[in-house]
Amino acid sequence: MADTEQPEVPSEPQSRHVTYCGVCTLPPEYCEYGGTVKKCQDWLQKAYPAMYEQIWSPEALEAATASLSVEAQKRAAKDAQKKAAQAEKAEQKQADKMANSVITIKRVERNKRKFVTAVSGLEAFGLDLKKVAKEFGKKFATGSSVTKVPSGGEEIVVQGDVSDEIEEFLLEKYKDIPEDNIELVDDKKKKASS
Amino acid sequence: MVASIQTAPKSKLKSSVQRSLRQSLLTTYPLLHRYIDEILPKKGSLEAMKLPDRCTLYVLDGEPLFFQQDTTTLLPHLKLVHRFPAAFPSIRIDRGAIRFVLSGATLMAPGLTSTGGRLPSGILTVRTEDGAGEGLDEEDRWTRELEKGEPVIVRAEGKTEACAVGFLVMGTKDVKDKGKGPVIEDAHYLGDGLWKLATD
Repeated sequence: MADTEQPEVPSEPQSRHVTYCGVCTLPPEYCEYGGTVKKCQDWLQKAYPAMYEQIWSPEALEAATASLSVEAQKRAAKDAQKKAAQAEKAEQKQADKMANSVITIKRVERNKRKFVTAVSGLEAFGLDLKKVAKEFGKKFATGSSVTKVPSGGEEIVVQGDVSDEIEEFLLEKYKDIPEDNIELVDDKKKKASS
Repeated sequence: MVASIQTAPKSKLKSSVQRSLRQSLLTTYPLLHRYIDEILPKKGSLEAMKLPDRCTLYVLDGEPLFFQQDTTTLLPHLKLVHRFPAAFPSIRIDRGAIRFVLSGATLMAPGLTSTGGRLPSGILTVRTEDGAGEGLDEEDRWTRELEKGEPVIVRAEGKTEACAVGFLVMGTKDVKDKGKGPVIEDAHYLGDGLWKLATD
């Protein structure tokens, strides 16, 4: 194929590449409004020291705040503080929730020697049930779906007895789930405890 | 924009739709002529993502490009604005207003009329087909006066990147004359649901 078409303008890439903060996803210069300032600073210092210098050096900060009136500065500072505190609190809460919540993997007898595996409690770890269900289905090559439980809330039901494999899979794939928080339960139909 | 949006499935667009989209982009943003082949390569397969509130986001190779509320004019996604800052008309807000805009407040006129803000200088009054002569002057002002309802990029004092995109509810001339009232409502700003939306 001969390249007959001559582009009118030299087609060099003209787009700029913008770096975004790895913590709050904003451009680093806007990190101060993101609510996770401290973390953003640490991240930037590690990842892009040059940019960190440019944005967070004392001179730059001074130049930036000089144009504001003292009162406005105070207000902004107070606001930022409040926001940071809020973000921290939310994070703490999230961490707490994660530490306390338990993932239950239940083996339910469906028909004498046939089982389904019901997984509940995943949503506490910020996982999208629908997506995880799909993952399970793919991994174990079985049917896997999200169903509502009578007590409200949702769980993932996977066909077949894959409780051990699910535990392994979860631990490997989602590193922020502690092993102690996964509970295996055997649920017989006749209410006989195992 | 709403605070958080769930990812929705993407669907490929027909090439005819893609073509008309490209056309409407060029009419709305004449300055895009220079970049359009890079933003929307002829071969690329554009995808649309349907979001709540009849909002559609156009994605190319996992990069968000434009979005559309109902069937109104297309607005560029901020990530695109950051890539091609010179392609869209812009105004600048003062430092004090940034935190309000970034928490989703309506942009009000005083944030633009103060010393840190920049409104268009108004040297050019007529809008040309290819956007000739439009751009930022030495003072960081857009050279053309912007009308009510026009899409506009909001930059911020002391920052290089833009922080919001929206439609003017008041022409820039009126803003200068009145000096109060809302200027942009319901903008797409840094850190909102659309910004945080995962597109790949």
